[in-house]
Parts: sequence; C-alpha cells; structure tokens
Amino acid sequence: MGQFIGTLKGFGVTFSHMFKKVVTEEYPEKRVPLAPRYHGRHILNRHPDGLEKCIGCELCAWACPADAIYVEGADNTDEERYSPGERYASTYQINYARCIFCGLCIEACPTRSLTMSNEYELARDSRQDLIFTKEQLLAPLLSGMEQPPHAMYLGDSEKDYYLSGPTNPGSSAGAEKNPAHRIADRDGKVAQ
Amino acid sequence: MTEVAKKVDTVKLTIDGIEVEAAKGELVIRVAERIGIAIPRFCDHPLLDPAGACRQCLVDIEGQRKPSAACTQTVADGMVVRTQLTSEVAKKAQEGILEFLLINHPLDCPMCDKGGECPLQNQALSNGREESRFHEHKREYTKPVPISSQVLLDRERCVLCQRCTRFSDEIAGDKFIDLMERGADEQIGVFSGRLDVDPAEVVGETGLEGAIDANLLDAPFNSYFSGNTVQICPVGALTGAQYRFRARPFDLVSSPSTCEHCAAGCSMRTDHRRGKVMRRLAGDDPQVNEEWNCDKGRWAFQYATAFDRITEPMVRDPKSGELRKASWPEALNAAAEGLLKARTEGGVGVLTGGRLTVEDAYAYAKFARVVLGTNDIDFRSRPLSQEETDFLTSVAGKFQVTYSDIEAAPDVVLVGLEAEEECPILFLRLRKAANKRGTRVTSIAPFVTRGLEKVAGTLVPTVPGAEATALAESAEVRAALSKPGALLFVGERLAETPGGLSAAARLAAETGARLAWVPRRAGDRGAVEAGCLPTLLPGGRSLVEPAARGEIGAAWGLEVGDLSERPGRDTLQILDAARTGALKGLVVAGVDPHDLPDPAAAEEALEKVGFLVSLELRLSAVSRRADVVLPVAPAVEKSGSYLDWEGRVRPFDAVLRSAAMTDARVLDALARQLGYQLGTADTLAVLKQIGELGETRAPRAAAPTVDAERVAEPGTGEAVLSTWHQLIDLGALQDGDEYLAGTARPPVARISKATAAALGVADGEPLNVSTERGRVTLPAAVVDVMAPGVVWLPTNSPGSTVRRTLGVSSGATVRISAGGTS
Repeated sequence: MGQFIGTLKGFGVTFSHMFKKVVTEEYPEKRVPLAPRYHGRHILNRHPDGLEKCIGCELCAWACPADAIYVEGADNTDEERYSPGERYASTYQINYARCIFCGLCIEACPTRSLTMSNEYELARDSRQDLIFTKEQLLAPLLSGMEQPPHAMYLGDSEKDYYLSGPTNPGSSAGAEKNPAHRIADRDGKVAQ
Repeated sequence: MTEVAKKVDTVKLTIDGIEVEAAKGELVIRVAERIGIAIPRFCDHPLLDPAGACRQCLVDIEGQRKPSAACTQTVADGMVVRTQLTSEVAKKAQEGILEFLLINHPLDCPMCDKGGECPLQNQALSNGREESRFHEHKREYTKPVPISSQVLLDRERCVLCQRCTRFSDEIAGDKFIDLMERGADEQIGVFSGRLDVDPAEVVGETGLEGAIDANLLDAPFNSYFSGNTVQICPVGALTGAQYRFRARPFDLVSSPSTCEHCAAGCSMRTDHRRGKVMRRLAGDDPQVNEEWNCDKGRWAFQYATAFDRITEPMVRDPKSGELRKASWPEALNAAAEGLLKARTEGGVGVLTGGRLTVEDAYAYAKFARVVLGTNDIDFRSRPLSQEETDFLTSVAGKFQVTYSDIEAAPDVVLVGLEAEEECPILFLRLRKAANKRGTRVTSIAPFVTRGLEKVAGTLVPTVPGAEATALAESAEVRAALSKPGALLFVGERLAETPGGLSAAARLAAETGARLAWVPRRAGDRGAVEAGCLPTLLPGGRSLVEPAARGEIGAAWGLEVGDLSERPGRDTLQILDAARTGALKGLVVAGVDPHDLPDPAAAEEALEKVGFLVSLELRLSAVSRRADVVLPVAPAVEKSGSYLDWEGRVRPFDAVLRSAAMTDARVLDALARQLGYQLGTADTLAVLKQIGELGETRAPRAAAPTVDAERVAEPGTGEAVLSTWHQLIDLGALQDGDEYLAGTARPPVARISKATAAALGVADGEPLNVSTERGRVTLPAAVVDVMAPGVVWLPTNSPGSTVRRTLGVSSGATVRISAGGTS
C-alpha cells in the first residue's frame, strides 16, 4: 500500500511539472535578451566621422588584472590619421582566453573608446582565434562614417572632438553584425 | 677603518621633530631625504646646482616669515623645519604651488610618453588637491616642436623647472636651449636666427616630420648629451622622437646593462618589451658615468635588429660559389676542416676587432694559441704601429687612473684624444673637474675644439705627427705634468705618430704624472687584458718572458713548448701575409675593413686568403667574402663584461633571451670540432678561468723608446691631414637610427685663417681634399687658432670617409684646393 502511495507521489511531481513554466532555454534556436549592461565582448568605438576614439594610451592594458590586452601606440601624421590628436593604436589585441570580463578596462578608458557589447558567443576552437585584433574589435562604420585614415572632419583640432564628448558616446550597437567580426577558419570559410 | 674620517663642521637641526646632524652647507631637502622624509620637488636634482625654480619643496622653517624652498635652503644650527607631514602651512603652500603648476598643464597624460613615470603625475596625487578649481581655458601651444631631430618639446606640459637648461649649461656646456619670453609667456626654446619664423607655425603647416626635414632651426639642440634632458625632465615636456608612443612603463621590463659603444663604460638601463629593446636610459653609477650618458649610448641600438642580421650559419657552396644557409654541425665541420688545412699549410691569423667582451676576447686569445698554435692575433682595426704594440704590452695590467682621479688632478694633459667625440663621459668628468675643482686641461692637438673650449682648456698647437716633439719639448706640458696628481691621457690615435707613445711614457716617468690610455671602443681595453695582441698573453703577460708563458701554459694545461714564443703579426702584417699567401686562413670577428688604414688592401687580403671564417652579427664586408659565417650574439643578447678605459670591470647580463651564442661559445664548439677543450662555453666559466690566472709574477715589458720623426713640411697646395671620428657618424653600430643621425655635427673641413686666405676659400665654401686615391669635398670651416698647414676632416662622416676615399690617415700630406676644381 505504502509503496503504491509513494509511486503516486512520485508521478504527482512529474505531472505537476507539465503545467508549470519551463526553465529550459532553447538556445541557440532562441536567444534570451540579456541585461543591458551585461559585460560582453569589447567594442572599439568611433567618432561620428569614422576616426577611431582609441588613442593607444594603454591605460586599458594597465588596468587589466588578467593581462589580456596588448596595445602598441604610434604617431598620427596629417597624411595618415586614424584618430584625432597625436597618438593612435597601431596594434590592439584582446585575448579572450584571458579576459575575465571585469570591465576595469572600460572604466580606465579616457576617451570612452573601449566599451563592452552584449555579445557572449566567444567560443573558438583554437587559442589563436581567441586573440581578437583591432580590426575585429572596431565598431562597424555607420552611415556618415568613413574608413580611416582620413583627416579630422569634425574640427581643426582634437579638442573639437572631445568638447562634444558626452553628447557623442559613439555607438556599439550593431557591432555583433559587423562582417569583420566573423572569423574565417583555416580554409578561409567564414563562419558565424 | 684605517682611514681617519675628515672632520667636517656639523650642525644640529630638527626636521618634523626628528633631531638630525648635518654637514654645514648641506641642503634641507637632502637632510630630509636622508632621514626618510620625501619633500616633493621638480627642479631639484642632486647633480645640478640649486635653483629654487619650481617652488614645490616649500617647507615651514621656524623664525621665517614665509615658507622657504628646501632645495635652496642650507642647514643652520638649531634650525626647526616642518615639512608637509607636520605643518599645515607647508602642506597648504605645496598644494597651492601644485595647483598653480597644473593651471597650464594640459592633462594629456593618456598620450604623454611620461605618463606612468611622471613626477608631476605622482606628486599631484601625493601632494596636490583632489579637485581642480581652474575651469577656464588653458594656455595652448602647438605641440610638439622638434628642437632637434631627436628631441621634441611640448611647451604646454613644461613647468619651467629649468632642469634641462641647467643640465645643458652646467654639465654638457651646450647652451642650445634657454628660457625665452617673460611672465605667462615664459617658455623653453632654441635660439633661432630667423626671428620671422616661429618653429611652431611650421609644425602646424607641414607637420612634425616636415619641420624636422625643413631644418628651419638655425641652432638646433644638437648636443651630444641632449638625451639626458629627456631623462631628467620631470614632466613630458621633452621627449625623444625614437621612443615616442612606443610603450608604457608598466609593460617595459627594465634590465641593467652596460653601454657597448665607447670605452667610457657607462652603466645603463635597457627597457624592453616582448623581446624588443624600446629605449635605453643612463644608469646611476657615481664612480663612472654619474647619472648621465651620451646620445649615442642612449639612442644607437637598432643595429642589433637590422635587416641583415645573421641568425643562421652559412657556408660557401663549392658548386655555385655562393653563401648558403647551413646547420651548425655542417658549418662547424666546414670551418674545422678548412682551419685544419690552413693551419698545416701556412697558418691562420685572428682579427678580433674592438667590440668584444673580455670573455669573448679571452676565448679568441686562447683559441689562437691553443687551437691554431699561433700568436698572429690582433684586436686593432685602425691605424697602428709596432711601437703601439710594445706600448700596450707595457701598460697591460696596469690600472692607474680612475674617473675620480680627474676631479682631484690639478692638471690634465690630453694628447691624441678629443674626449667629447671619442669618450664623451670622460669629457663630462673633465668639464666637471675644470668647473668645480679648477682642474686645468691642456690639449696637444692641431686646433681648439669645441670640447676643449668647454673645459676652458689651453691648446698646444701641434701639427699631426709632431705630438712626440711637443711632448718632449713643450715646457708648458712638462710644467703641468710635474704637479703632484697630474694626469696624462693618451688617445689611441697617438699610435699614428711615430715616437708619440714612447714620448708620452717617457714624460710620464720623468714627471711622475700618471698615464692613462684611452681607446675608442668598448672592447679595446678588455682585448689588451685578454691577450688579443701578437706580443701579449692574458693578464698583461708579455710573450717573450718565459715565466709568463709558463704561467699561461700551466693554466691551459699545455706541454712546455706548446706555447709559441715567437711574437706574432699585427693586424696589418696579418692582412699582408694573407694577401701574399703566407697565411692560409683567417678567423675574423667584428672588423670593418673600412676602419683600417688601407681598406682596399684589406679587402684584397680578404678576397685572396685561402680560408676565411667570419663570426659576425650582421652581413658585413668580411662575412660576404667568408667561406664559413658563424652568427654571434649582439651585446643585448649575451652576458659578459667590458673593461672601460680605467680598466674597471663593467659586467652585464643578457637583456633579451635568445638562441644567439657568444663568440666564446662558438669558439668553444669550433675548438671541440678540432679536438680541443677551450672551456669557454659559458660566461661564468670564462670568468673563472680568467680569475684563476691571477696576477702575474713575470717581469713586465718595458715601454717602447722610439724616436720622434721629423714632420714633412707641406708644399704649396698641400696640407697635413688631421682626422678623428665624430661621436655620431657612419659607424655600423649607429645603422638605422635616423633620428640620432640628424643630431650629428655637420661634417666640415677645418683649416686655419692663413690656409683659407692662401686658397681663397671663405667659411662655408667647398674645399677639396685629395690624394691619388680620391677626393673629399666638404664646406670649409675657418678656425681661429690652428697649427699652420693642417686640414682636419671627420674620419667617417657622410661625405667624408677619409680612409675609404683618400686611403690615408692622420699625419699624411694631402692636396687641398678651393672647391669645384680638383
């Protein structure tokens, strides 16, 4: 008798779940929206004319507790200008095998160049592919932006870029759809 | 302690409640430092005179109406000092000063090269206010302005501490920069003869590169010591073009190192990142370079990463006759076979060059004696003489003079040595002695150089070749050297004068003055001590002394008679023998044939010699002709030590890790291939071997006694050539450093007024200097005081490669004429 009641109880739990809300997520068919300030993959933002906001100051690399960022600075010239002002990053790499997504780097960034997107699909099948280069990290060119190097279109000096700073936070939206972010595998095929 | 401490007048004072004893005349800021109290400062530098320019070090001194600057205030008995730690007045005063300094400071720290190692940044955080109250527009200047091809000035960042101008004035004597304008417009600048041109405007129009190219500055900051101002600038106002935006302090690894350029032996700090050297700074060694170095030491290091660096062994393909890459075993095998054959057929000579560490030089010396069984080894790749060989044999192992002796000397005589060009740190010490201690400097040279002017020296005008006579006969020189403590410096160039080194040795012995031989390269002194000379064994042991040979033979485990007692050939004789076929093989290290007195003959010898092994860093004139090329490590990738001109050991560790091997290790492998054990595979083992040799008991060789020769009188249209290397020139170790090359002194041909008048050449007009070999044409520079009938050329500068083009060296008679015609 006791055995019978026990069995019923057990099936009771099973049946009751048929009418409860499901906790399983149907990833990757359906993607759950994340919190707006979720710490995902980084974006290197651009000024409205397409110039890079990054000045290659390495403060992000300095702040990084995991030693995941590598930057090399270089000199802007009038013929070859990537960012307003004197300095730009000639090399910018983030190693996602090391990154712990703490966000100290974006706090350190003096130009709001480095921000974080909500993208989290960062699994790769080799360590090499986990090192994202500047081309992969840069925000896509939106309308009105031009691919650097080019002259400063927003003013004569870099101050014109920064005085309007707070109203010009740049854009990280759409970064996930940037074709440059797709990673080509060894055969040259582009995978999403 | 056996030495009785000198009695110094002391006073007692109190700093922050701590009673402290200090020497009379000491500065408050130093005394505070000594008891561990850091007072913020910008302008104060222990090696510069007090200035009190920045006012950051204000402290509260009891009895004074206002806070005083601790960097100019000397201590007094009973003084009560309160720093920012115990006095609100001092704290507020310092915060106020920092606020004033930051009013015009641009706060572009993220892109400033000084960011992260900036005294202003640090002290703004430690001693400044949290919030700025200044919200108005800051002063703006065009940035940066190049004040030389290497040094960039950002006037916005400058806090007018005047460390740079004081260094240039007090230490280097190159007053190229100074404070300009007044009041709020006060700024550092270079002198420009063209008042209508503002350098900043040209930068605005053409950009930085354009302004550098335009060379619009009449008097750019082309000091040999300009890099020191970049290092001591407490903000980012002066930065170096080469290091611009290359790295941050936090990702640099700093390794102590020793400069590989000249015989000054500067201690340095090499900063590197990911296996690449980013910059080099002067190290702090009070005994040697104090805290300074020269621009060559600081900025010439890219030769080690040049495109033609050899990383793999090469052998000459018997079929094609071309060099091809080979494995180490193959290359060593080929080298061993070739050397064995050459040794039995006629012998092998060894040329080591003056760039080796002591350990490497020792390995060559041992390799030549033990493996090749010859004394045909010489480190000199420049004009030399038998007299010099004997002189070096007599001075080897004797270390008499140090840098600090210069400061104690009443008189210093220089002969065959232009210290500023050939040993810049020795020049700085001479200048310090002359300025602070009243040391009198006398130079036996053809004319008054800038270096001699800056040490307020006197000239004994001497035609090249007549130095021996000047040494023997000048009453002025004799009187100077007769004073107790006087020093006689002879440069390596004195070897070009017959009887010169004999006369110097004789005069030193007669007057009691101490003699110092100053070579030009970092490895020269070490090579002498290691026995890279045809008459010398390691440790200053003369080859002709049986006792000396016995000591070395015992140390090397040789049988009696294994060590040849026949003195070998010197560099020129080795090359001659190689050309004529008397020597069948050569082992050559870092030698550039163009440094030799007759480059054409040297190249012919390298072509004709039966078997040539080259141990090289980069593909050179030697390695291109070699049968086997073995790659070796540059100084930055190996450990070892140099001996500076004093004979002081300057050890250094490998800065970068690499697979490159030292010369000593390569020779060890080569010897093994030939069936010998050198035991020089690692640096410590070599040091141990050298140490175990110990002091020699064998008698030393005597100084040479060669008579002076009469100098040939130049005829009409002729002159006696005087030449030496400029610090920044076409040297192979300066390859690839264009910013540095831009600060070189422009090559000119110096002639006296009388010569200029006779030729009808005015200052700046082209002057031809020619021999049968070729012609050098340079702008003439007319010198006020100059020995008659002399023309001076830089030895190896753009447009003036004397040995290559003219095939002569100092003391030769050359034809001179006004430019345009030959």
